[in-house]
Amino acid sequence: MTDVPEREEDPLLRIAGLAIDYRTGRRRWTPAVRGVDLHVDPGEFVSLVGESGSGKSTLVQGALGLLPPSARIRAGSIAYSGVDVTGWSDQRMARVRGNYVGFIPQDPNTSLNPVKKIGQQVIESVRFNAPDARNAAQHREAALESLRTAGLKDAERVFHQYPHELSGGMKQRALIAIALAGRPRIVVADEPTSALDVTVQKVILDHLMRLREELGIGILLITHDLGVALDRSDRILVMQDGRIVEEGPVRQVLENTTHDYTRRLLDAAPARQAGRLEPTSGPRARPTDTSPVLRARALTRTYQLRGGRGRRRQLRALDGVDLVVRKGTTHAIVGESGAGKSTLASILVQFTAADSGTVHIGDRELTGLGRRELREIRRDLQFVFQNPFTSLDPRFTVGKLVAEPLQAFKLATGKQERTARVVELLGAVALDESHLHRLPAELSGGQRQRVAIARALAPNPGILVLDEAVSALDVSVQAQILQLLVDLQAELGLSYVFVTHDLGVVRLIADDVTVMKGGVVVETGPVEQVLRSPRHEYTRELLEAVPGAGINGAGTSGGERVGAAIAHQA
Amino acid sequence: MTVPLDTLAAPARRGSARPLLGRLGGLARQPVLMVSWIIVLVVIGWAVAPRLFTSYSPYEGDSAASFAPPSVEHWFGTDRLGRDLFARTVYGAHTTLTATLLAVLIAFGIGTVAGLIAGFSGGIVDTAVMRLVDVFLAIPSLLLAMVVVSVLGYSTQNIALAVGISSIASFARVMRAEVLAVVTQDYVRAAYGLGRGRLGVMLRHVVPNSLSSVVALAALEVGTAVLAVASLGFLGYGAPPPQPEWGLLVAEGRDYVATHPWAAIMPGLALALVVVAAHRISTSYRKEHRR
Repeated sequence: MTDVPEREEDPLLRIAGLAIDYRTGRRRWTPAVRGVDLHVDPGEFVSLVGESGSGKSTLVQGALGLLPPSARIRAGSIAYSGVDVTGWSDQRMARVRGNYVGFIPQDPNTSLNPVKKIGQQVIESVRFNAPDARNAAQHREAALESLRTAGLKDAERVFHQYPHELSGGMKQRALIAIALAGRPRIVVADEPTSALDVTVQKVILDHLMRLREELGIGILLITHDLGVALDRSDRILVMQDGRIVEEGPVRQVLENTTHDYTRRLLDAAPARQAGRLEPTSGPRARPTDTSPVLRARALTRTYQLRGGRGRRRQLRALDGVDLVVRKGTTHAIVGESGAGKSTLASILVQFTAADSGTVHIGDRELTGLGRRELREIRRDLQFVFQNPFTSLDPRFTVGKLVAEPLQAFKLATGKQERTARVVELLGAVALDESHLHRLPAELSGGQRQRVAIARALAPNPGILVLDEAVSALDVSVQAQILQLLVDLQAELGLSYVFVTHDLGVVRLIADDVTVMKGGVVVETGPVEQVLRSPRHEYTRELLEAVPGAGINGAGTSGGERVGAAIAHQA
Repeated sequence: MTVPLDTLAAPARRGSARPLLGRLGGLARQPVLMVSWIIVLVVIGWAVAPRLFTSYSPYEGDSAASFAPPSVEHWFGTDRLGRDLFARTVYGAHTTLTATLLAVLIAFGIGTVAGLIAGFSGGIVDTAVMRLVDVFLAIPSLLLAMVVVSVLGYSTQNIALAVGISSIASFARVMRAEVLAVVTQDYVRAAYGLGRGRLGVMLRHVVPNSLSSVVALAALEVGTAVLAVASLGFLGYGAPPPQPEWGLLVAEGRDYVATHPWAAIMPGLALALVVVAAHRISTSYRKEHRR
């Protein structure tokens, strides 16, 4: 992984002093990339890490000549193997893309043409980039070869399938096949695994590493996940506000972090934390009264799927799921997409009805309650959605949003009393009065999620169900929200049901954990026990796939490793 | 990745409270839109206070000056009886616009409520309302309007009612589609979770968030309705002859179109400009509120 490839005169890609602006007004330009230097040598795996808004995607678009019309390159140069391509027309750049540099886009679910078979889409790339192969049979052979290289074992079958017939991981491989079809010397991948499950992510990244070794290509990986970058790359560049703030070999970045931002990112990474977060007010008291506040028994839910030609298929989203949440603790539900964890969360608060099974809050049974009784129960049982960009009514100000449950439950009557309570709630989530009259569109993702949490806290609930509540946020923001949740729990004695796909987060916040797969609970128990000595094969697999095992490898903090290390102890 | 500017610019932007000056400034950069607004405002002015725009009477003509071509004195020329056509067009704006407005209000009101109920309730109610709407859509709207007027009697109010009824369907369809989209949003589910009842959710979240497309449609429908009202007037279903009504003016001028073309063209031009202007305004509104 670290053996030095043969040196050539020029790096595969050299970006020097690149600055890119976006047009924000008639004569106003806002810089997105402010003078970046970057190079990728043959056989090198370079990662570019940054949070949303750091300009990393813009940088890549600039390098590939794929900038939107509203952007311009103000200064700097881009050279492939010493050939300066800055200012090349799109037509000339099209020859470079594909033939010289392969691009793997971010979201495999939207990056393939849904009405064309995979084979056709790969052939398109072959035909465009390898004009020497003249006849259709040769094209076909080259496309199949490319699919095989991308790690699709059953290339013949995939060749004749449509994108919707493939899983996310297979689609991403098809995209890799398309990127490789032109036999590029460097591959640029923009968040290639961010939309995928961790176990799939691991397989895709493993494959990229293998391709680099076998074909000797250079790889430039754009990612927001420091863990992935540290695990995989030879060299790391950290980007913030359009500038590279830290650069160097992985080990050096880990051991001698020179920039504050990098240190913050490293500290925010879930894998960095030694164990469960403590509230800022001091070490938390172990909840003494651990009677269950929420009990679910034998929950089952089936969805009817419409198959082709009138066939009906059934999808068991939940199959006999039990869950017990102890008072004042956090119970995490972990699993990959399709595991049924969101369905479970949705049933717990009765947004979705279960086919069979029961949910008890305290000693009241939820399933089968009428609307009016349910409304009463909801005072005690609140829900926080995954995406703060869609869970807040875009037309409501922050003040109105937080006041809504107060109004609906007739809790604080009178305008003054209500406003006072809203300000108090905002204070609890570290926002203040100045935010009262803002609209959600004027807030950052982290601020929006704080508003959503404040709103959920308004009726003084005992239980919060959080459905992937930090998954849409950057790591540094995620760390803040998690800390906030821990503080609130210590202060108000809340119980959390915390749904997540991220095992790193589980360790930070949960007391108990339930691992789900395919609608079934595979393992449940206290966090330390499940993470340290997982009994089920699937839990072990999940743990091994968590990136960032290397973050603590340099011994900068005494904490144990998450993921592989823990699993191997077992 | 997200476009970085979005995050950078977000805290500074104040979407709803854009100052009036800024809006006017934006208008100045779109000359066509500005002209459209001027046309609409002037025509509304005609309807409200015709006396301010012309000193001629719409009824009394000077028979010596029959069929005078457009001139400085008579901007639109005169008709067979020597009545000033500009004055008749200005006074006619009142009849035509009132009928149009009434028609759009009827269609907007009934259509939006029907669409809201259908989209929000779903199930059998949805099916029932929407099949009824389909029946309305199946009948050509002008034909439907003619039937309604024939039943109710010839008058401008009845024209308004007829045109309104015939365009309920499109409002209902658009509203239902919007409601269906909004109902699946997280913030609607969140509102239930926060203790709102169905009515509260509907009035506070669903209606405000689905209305913008329907409002754009209303602006568009103004143009169509002007045309429909004038068509019915042209066919003689509306106001009786001495009254100035745009459709009627065109009808009256039609007989002399070979020899004195302005008699039909001038009111027709006014009609066409209003329709185009309304369309332009609707388009810009839709663009501004696109999500």
